[in-house]
Amino acid sequence: MIEFDQVHKAYEVEGRAIPALQPTSLAIENGEVFGIVGHSGAGKSTLVRLINLLERPSGGRIVIDGEDVTGYDSKDLRDFRRKVGMIFQHFNLLSSKTVEDNIAFPMKLAGIYSRDEIRTRVAELLERVGLTHHARKFPSQLSGGQKQRVGIARALACRPTILLCDEATSALDPQTTQSVLRLLGDLNRELKLTIVLITHEMDVVRRVCDRVAVMDAGDVVEMGPVTDVFLHPKHATTRDFVFESEHVDEQEMEANFEKAEGRILRLTFRGESTYKPLLGSVARQTGVDFSILSGRIDRIKDTPYGQLTLSLVGGDLPAAQAALEAADVHVEVVR
Amino acid sequence: MEDLLTNVDWGEIGGASWDTLVMVGASLFFSVLFGLPLGVLLFLTGKRQLLEQPVAYAVLSFVVNVLRSVPFIILLIVMIPFTVMLIGTSLGVAGAIPPLVAGGAPFFARLVETSLREVDRGIIEATQAMGATVRQVIFGALLPEAMPGIIAGITVTAITLVSYAAMSGVIGGGGLGDLAIRFGYQRFQTDVMVITVALLVIFVQILQMVGDRLVLYFSRR
Repeated sequence: MIEFDQVHKAYEVEGRAIPALQPTSLAIENGEVFGIVGHSGAGKSTLVRLINLLERPSGGRIVIDGEDVTGYDSKDLRDFRRKVGMIFQHFNLLSSKTVEDNIAFPMKLAGIYSRDEIRTRVAELLERVGLTHHARKFPSQLSGGQKQRVGIARALACRPTILLCDEATSALDPQTTQSVLRLLGDLNRELKLTIVLITHEMDVVRRVCDRVAVMDAGDVVEMGPVTDVFLHPKHATTRDFVFESEHVDEQEMEANFEKAEGRILRLTFRGESTYKPLLGSVARQTGVDFSILSGRIDRIKDTPYGQLTLSLVGGDLPAAQAALEAADVHVEVVR
Repeated sequence: MEDLLTNVDWGEIGGASWDTLVMVGASLFFSVLFGLPLGVLLFLTGKRQLLEQPVAYAVLSFVVNVLRSVPFIILLIVMIPFTVMLIGTSLGVAGAIPPLVAGGAPFFARLVETSLREVDRGIIEATQAMGATVRQVIFGALLPEAMPGIIAGITVTAITLVSYAAMSGVIGGGGLGDLAIRFGYQRFQTDVMVITVALLVIFVQILQMVGDRLVLYFSRR
C-alpha cells in the first residue's frame, strides 16, 4: 500500500518557494489501478515522482508497504526503486542500446542477476509485450506503441510490485493508446501489479482505473471510485474533465434543455440495470411521456453504465420518479 | 614538375609529416584523457545536474575559460618553463605536446559538456528511477547516449590540434608548420609552402571524413 501522510512539495525558485503539491493525504491499495487526472501544472507529475522519490517531499511522510521511504539512505533507496517500475510519455529509452539491451538495463544495474537469468527474463518479457521479433532493433526503428511496450517491459524487468505511468499514452494515437491500456490492465490482473497512472485524459481513467484522484493547482480536489467520480462529478474541474471526455458542451446542452417541456431528469444506470427495459415499463405504468435529450451508454472499466437526460410530461410524475429510484437508478432532477 | 618544386626535399617533407602526425596523435590522446573527465565533471557540477556544486563548477569553468581565452601562440610561449620542467626540453616534437594538450584539453572538455547536456533529461531520470548510482548513470546512460557528440568533439579537437601543431613551429616545435615557417616563409621557398599547406589540407580532410563516419556509426537515432 502506498500512503501519503500530509505530503507537500515546494520548489525553490530564486529564493522563493513555489508550491507544487499542497499537503496531501491518500492511500493507494495494493493491486489497484489508481488514476491521477489534472491539467498540466496541476501537480500530478510531482505527486507520482514523490512515490519513487525522484522528487524529495518538503514535508510529510510517504509510507510504502508499512515502511517510511523518506528516511531511506541512498542504498536502501536504490533497492526500493527496483521494486517500483516507471514508464514515461516520451518513453525515455536509451537510443544507443537495442531493444533487448534496454530491457536488460535495469537488471544489469541491479548487479544481482546472472547472465542467464537476464537472458531468460528478457526473452520472457519480449514475448509478453509481443516484441520478440524486434529484440535486435534500436528504438529509432520502432513505432511509438512499440517503444512504449519496450518501456513497459523494461519497467517490469526487476519484477516490481508498483508501476508508475507518467502520461504513458499521451504521445500515442487512439488505437495504440487502447492497446497499451489493455496491456496495462492485463498486467494489473496477472501480476497483481499496483498501477499509479497520471493523465490529462479522463478517457484513460475510465478505461483502466479503479479509483481516481482529480488534481487542480496542487490540490487533490476529488477522489473516489471511478464510477462515482465519473458519473457524479462534484468539483468544477472534475466536471470539466468528464464533459470534455464525453465531448459535451455544457452551455449548448443547457440551451437545448430550454426548448424541452416538463420535468428534466438525469438518470444514471449502473451495472446490470443498464440493459433492463426499464423506461418503457415505467412510462406505461405511470402514463408519463418521455423524450431523450441526451444520453450515453458505455463502460467504466468493467462496469456498464448508462446516463440519460429525459424530459417527462403528463402522467404521474412522482410515481415515475419513485419507480425509477426503486429500480436502483440514480435520479437527479435537473429542472 | 621537377622544375616547379626545386626546393622541395621529399625526405624532409616525409619526416615533418610524421612529426605532425605524432604531435597531433599524442596531444589528442592526452587531450581526451584529461578533457573527458573534466567535461563530465563540468556537466555534473553544473546547474540542476546530478552533483550540482556551484563553487566547484565556477572554479573549473574559470580555469577552462582562462586556458581557452589565451591565444595559442601566447600559450606556447607561456608554457615554456613548465614544459622544460615536465619533459626537460621545450623544443622539437616532445616539447610541443604539453602546450598542445593545455590548449586541446579544455577545448575538448567544453565540447564534452555540451554534448552531455544534449542528452534528454528524461533518460537520466529513467535511469535513476531504475535505482542506478551516479556512476551507473554516467557510464551506463550518459556517455553511451552522448557518444556521437563526443566523437564529433574529438574530430573537431583533432583538427584544431593540427593547426595548433603547425603554429608550434614558431617556438621550434617541428613538423609541417616548422617546415613551412623555416623554408616557405623565411627563405621564400613558395613551393615548400604550397606542399606543406596541401598536406595539412589533406590531413584535415581525412580526419573529418573518419570522424563523420564514426559519428554516423554511433548514431542510432
